[in-house]
Amino acid sequence: MASFNLKVNGKSHQVDVEDDTPLLWVLRDHLGLVGTKFSCGIAQCGACTVHLNGNPTFSCVTPISSVGNSEVTTIEGLSENGDHPVQKAWEEVDVAQCGYCQGGQIMQAAAFLKQNPNPSMEEIDNAMNRNICRCGTYHKIREAVAEAAKNM
Amino acid sequence: MKTVKRESRRNFLKAAGLTAGGLFIGFNWSSCDSPKVEVLSTEQVLANAKNFNAYLSIAPSGDVVIYSPNPELGQNIKTSFPMVVAEELDADWSKVRVLQANLDTEKYDRQLTGGSGAMPHSWERLRKAGATAKYVLVAAAAKAWNVPAEEISVENGIISHKGSGKSGHFGEFVGKAAQMETPEEVTLKDKKDFKIIGTPVKNVDAREIYTGKPLFGLDFYREGMKNAMVQRAPFGMKIKSVEDGAARAVAGVTDVFRFNNSVAAVGDSTWPLLKAKKLLRVEYEPDGTVESTADHDRIFQDLIASGKAEVKREDGNVKTAFANAAKVVSAEYQCPFLAHSPMEPENFFAHVQGDRCELIGPTQTPDRARQTAAQILGIPAENVTVEITRLGGGFGRRLRADFVEEAVHISKTINAPVKLTWSREDELTGGAYRPAVRYRFEAALDEGGTMIGYKLRGVGMNAGNSTRENNFPSGAVDNLLIENINYESSITTNAWRAPITNFLAYAEQSFLDEVALEAGKDPVTFRLELLDRAKNNPVGSLGYDVDRMIGVVKTAAEKSNWGKNPNVKQGFSVYFSHRSYVAQVANIEMEGGSPVLKKITAVTDCGMVVNPTGANHQVRGGIVDGMGHAMFTNLTFDNGTPKQTNYDSYRLIRMKEVPEIETHFLDTGYDPTGLGEPALPPTGGAIANAIFAATGRRLRSQPFIEQKEFSDVKLEIRRS
Repeated sequence: MASFNLKVNGKSHQVDVEDDTPLLWVLRDHLGLVGTKFSCGIAQCGACTVHLNGNPTFSCVTPISSVGNSEVTTIEGLSENGDHPVQKAWEEVDVAQCGYCQGGQIMQAAAFLKQNPNPSMEEIDNAMNRNICRCGTYHKIREAVAEAAKNM
Repeated sequence: MKTVKRESRRNFLKAAGLTAGGLFIGFNWSSCDSPKVEVLSTEQVLANAKNFNAYLSIAPSGDVVIYSPNPELGQNIKTSFPMVVAEELDADWSKVRVLQANLDTEKYDRQLTGGSGAMPHSWERLRKAGATAKYVLVAAAAKAWNVPAEEISVENGIISHKGSGKSGHFGEFVGKAAQMETPEEVTLKDKKDFKIIGTPVKNVDAREIYTGKPLFGLDFYREGMKNAMVQRAPFGMKIKSVEDGAARAVAGVTDVFRFNNSVAAVGDSTWPLLKAKKLLRVEYEPDGTVESTADHDRIFQDLIASGKAEVKREDGNVKTAFANAAKVVSAEYQCPFLAHSPMEPENFFAHVQGDRCELIGPTQTPDRARQTAAQILGIPAENVTVEITRLGGGFGRRLRADFVEEAVHISKTINAPVKLTWSREDELTGGAYRPAVRYRFEAALDEGGTMIGYKLRGVGMNAGNSTRENNFPSGAVDNLLIENINYESSITTNAWRAPITNFLAYAEQSFLDEVALEAGKDPVTFRLELLDRAKNNPVGSLGYDVDRMIGVVKTAAEKSNWGKNPNVKQGFSVYFSHRSYVAQVANIEMEGGSPVLKKITAVTDCGMVVNPTGANHQVRGGIVDGMGHAMFTNLTFDNGTPKQTNYDSYRLIRMKEVPEIETHFLDTGYDPTGLGEPALPPTGGAIANAIFAATGRRLRSQPFIEQKEFSDVKLEIRRS
């Protein structure tokens, strides 16, 4: 066991966990931030996507010991009132079916649009290809990212 | 206007839940502050609300609470059910809050998600629930205003009387209305007066989903609960010995024990358990047949050739028809096992305390969860409560209660509340798959290209009946034989979105394409000729409505510009399943020697569309699902163990692999039928037939990309 100081959604937290514990499980089991989802555990599906210093990161394969002073942002902290342009676009386009992957999709899209606020459809497809949606809401995800881009 | 007579007072009361008094509270998180601009929290609304029936409570503030009993797994029932209740109530949708109901078999019938059956089953009872409440609200207003109830109108949650100029919202009358006698008859609205049904209403959980609120089973947490994971035996094997020293030594693991044919690891959080599972040394020994995919392939060949089959349907005389045929066409089709692979892995919370058990989690069959727990514990079913969380997908996997069973065993053993979590590897190797099936089709054509004989022999691995003997083309062919063989495999199977038809439709629609081309006919014309025969002079009984099938076939041909553009190679497919009709056309264009799948056009007849947004979602999602699994996904076995254990090898369709999908819905005046499944079955056939049209290569096995036909050609997918 080791003690780690984390900065998550602008707040400092101290957790005592093994140093190989993935950030995903620190968020979910130790900080109660369950908006970041577990699905594959091997960086294949993107349900666990968070931002590390603004970069989209698969938290399921990110050991807590590697996080250091990085600013962690989760879906709960993407915006104070759930009104980030990507969240608004997701609501406007009514993207979700089951909804389980959508937090990760939103985090992927938000990081992507911050780096590329005027993407082509092809660039959207490439960025969002990292995240799986088993319900097949890809058309709506694509539409919502394009919609969000208008308001970034 | 449609007046519905009560079947009997008692039945109606049960159906509408009018006998059940009092309120019940939804999830512990239902009281989370809603960010919408509303004065009252849901908790505050519920505190003063009057309960009208199992579906409906209304508060003095005018806020309406609608309970949705069926599990929500993405089919959007939690939005569409309340829309139907609110429609007949003439509620203001912006004042409606929706809560997931707990399992309550006294209040609700068929509280499950499966078979695309919820809407057709509940359509009328939901309408009655809304209409009944409206009736008593109107009666209370009439009494208060001393005017005839017939002169009162209701719109958008406002009750008004034109003559006296009086009006008020629902909330002003709830106290009196809740005491009024329920009507002998309720009048339902004319469909043309619908204001909510048929409009695009947004997902009622949207806010919570997009802000990461704890909605799903895996998100559930209770102070003091333990976490658990389970190691399961390969198929056909049993545990010989367990060496758990290293697993026990993992910090955070509090217990490791055997139960049934499994090993449980228990701890205070999830990560130590994932580590512990990898450190368990479990030795297995055969306990029945230990199968590999090569065994399945051999078994399929043998049984297709000479297995003893059960005759499911026999019309005319196939022997004579095939003997007299001008041409005989035959082909065999095969699909692999598939996992359901919902994004949220299986999980459940259980707390066994003496002769009581509390269950919370994602299940498609809450009553099965309850019965399972009661049976394991030897306690009455009424001692088990089930709270249904939102489900992160299901696809049929959560019809099972194996994960509930495990959670109950563990809670009982450790005498503590526990949340069981499956890993993705557990999910892919844990069984209850879409069964592998092989079909042999044979068709006899006469000189004129008419199909005079048709034979189908299905062999399934734990598939039950792998045919749908009364479905098209049955009824359209004079001489027909449908046979089934079920092989009892040690690999466990379960309903998988559009059970059986998820592959049968592909095989049949691809085979009919082969037959049409051998008959020298256009594939659409060929199908319409068969349908005309079934309509005008049907052979035996029909399990489908011929006119509705013709409707989607013709419209799909028209909307897709079937055969109009020589540069676009098209594949046609149509299928009836779960009471709905869907025809699809796939468009492929050759670019640089590669077939590029660019578009799928789908025409659906699911009766009246309750929520166009949800309907579009289900059709597009079903197509993407059907396409992904037909093209990419495989589950093979080596000594009773699946070789694909996570998404690196178990390939699911991704963003760049979906073409444009155009959807159309036919309004045929029928009541709504379900849509969670029917759009999936036709997809594989439409794509395979388009691939044949473009390349001359016929795909008879899935997944497509692993077939030899694609060893030298790359299938690409691009939106045009």
